[in-house]
Amino acid sequence: MSPLSRAFRGRRRSDADPARIPPGQYVTDDFPVLSAGPTPHRPLETWSFTIQGSIDEPVSWTWEQLQALPSETITTDIHCVTKWSKLDTVWTGVSLDTLLDDVETSAEYVTAFSDGGYTTNLPLEDATGGKAWIAYAFDGEPLAPEHGGPARLLVPHLYFWKSAKWVRGLELRNEDEPGFWESYGYHNYGDPWREQRYAGD
Amino acid sequence: MIELIEETAEATSIVLDLPDRQRHRAGQHVDVRLTAEDGYEAQRSYSIASAPEDAYLVLTVERLDDGEVSPYLVDTLRPGDELELRGPIGGYFVWEEVLGGPLLLVAGGSGVVPLRAMLRHHQAVGSTIPVRLLYSVKSLDDVIYRDELMGMAADDEIDVRLTLTREQPEGWRGYARRIDQELLADVAWPPSEGPLTYVCGPTSFVEVAANALVGLGHDPGRIRTERFGPTGG
Repeated sequence: MSPLSRAFRGRRRSDADPARIPPGQYVTDDFPVLSAGPTPHRPLETWSFTIQGSIDEPVSWTWEQLQALPSETITTDIHCVTKWSKLDTVWTGVSLDTLLDDVETSAEYVTAFSDGGYTTNLPLEDATGGKAWIAYAFDGEPLAPEHGGPARLLVPHLYFWKSAKWVRGLELRNEDEPGFWESYGYHNYGDPWREQRYAGD
Repeated sequence: MIELIEETAEATSIVLDLPDRQRHRAGQHVDVRLTAEDGYEAQRSYSIASAPEDAYLVLTVERLDDGEVSPYLVDTLRPGDELELRGPIGGYFVWEEVLGGPLLLVAGGSGVVPLRAMLRHHQAVGSTIPVRLLYSVKSLDDVIYRDELMGMAADDEIDVRLTLTREQPEGWRGYARRIDQELLADVAWPPSEGPLTYVCGPTSFVEVAANALVGLGHDPGRIRTERFGPTGG
């Protein structure tokens, strides 16, 4: 039970459905940016997406090959561990189900890796079943570099640091391995509805 | 809470005496949680402005007119009130002497707060690692910790450069524009010296600064950033 803050009332938004706001989050209309380092600028000609690790042969897609795959447009709410939530964001990209369709693996975990060296980990079952995408457009426009373009992972049911910016591939793993923020005190799984912000939550 | 210090028209330091205080690392932040009588809660993150060695924990808060937490902290909170904190949080945007240098700190506006913690820590441990602070701010009146920073600049190891982007006093001979690659080339350590760089400020500021440093040949892996979103305060 938190101590009461004397004379605090708060500024609650009345236009947002409280059932859509995880505990401790507030709704913003902006799109804040959180990154640990400089924004990489990757030319599309040298971009590729690779699935590797616990798999017989790594598989790769060029930018053009990714664009040729069936795409989906997803409208979803996103929740950042820094407390903001943004409702009804619209993304376009390729479902990870499509990319993992032909992959035979015994792995139970994936580590997404990105330009700039960023990594994040999640259970494979959170990356499949219509829950995760490689997104390359936001609001119908190409994804801006500061928001993770040319392409980022989109895993909206977990805190947004799991939606790795500048993603370049997935490492399939038999054992879980903490990613970048997960190694710096953030929660290993990161479910916003259970408010799993930091290690130990 | 034991004291409020008005640093500038927009920034106020909140001095906290914490029971069971956990030692933080310079650059880390805490989460502040406010709870209303009906159980409604609001949380925000604030950078720690004090050094781990300081007697009290200090947060410097920029008051956002349309904010939910910062106006409460600045206008309503009174000495003697309790504040619920969580932390310290964050293990990447921190500087300790073992990480070495030379150190380049680049601040935009209230982005100076965690960098000030690093500077105070640098002084507290008597570090001989050379530091340059580049601080971009609207006017001299908006410089947070002005006297303290000017005092630090007297230290042989610490060099402080201001750029006043909107308004300059008469006879101002320092920089008077938004940061760009040329300005950073002027102030930054040469890439060949392998500086360790921390950039903190609004998103657009951090993008410009970090991109310019990478463009000048700095190793992206040695540039650590912290961005304040438009609602990040």
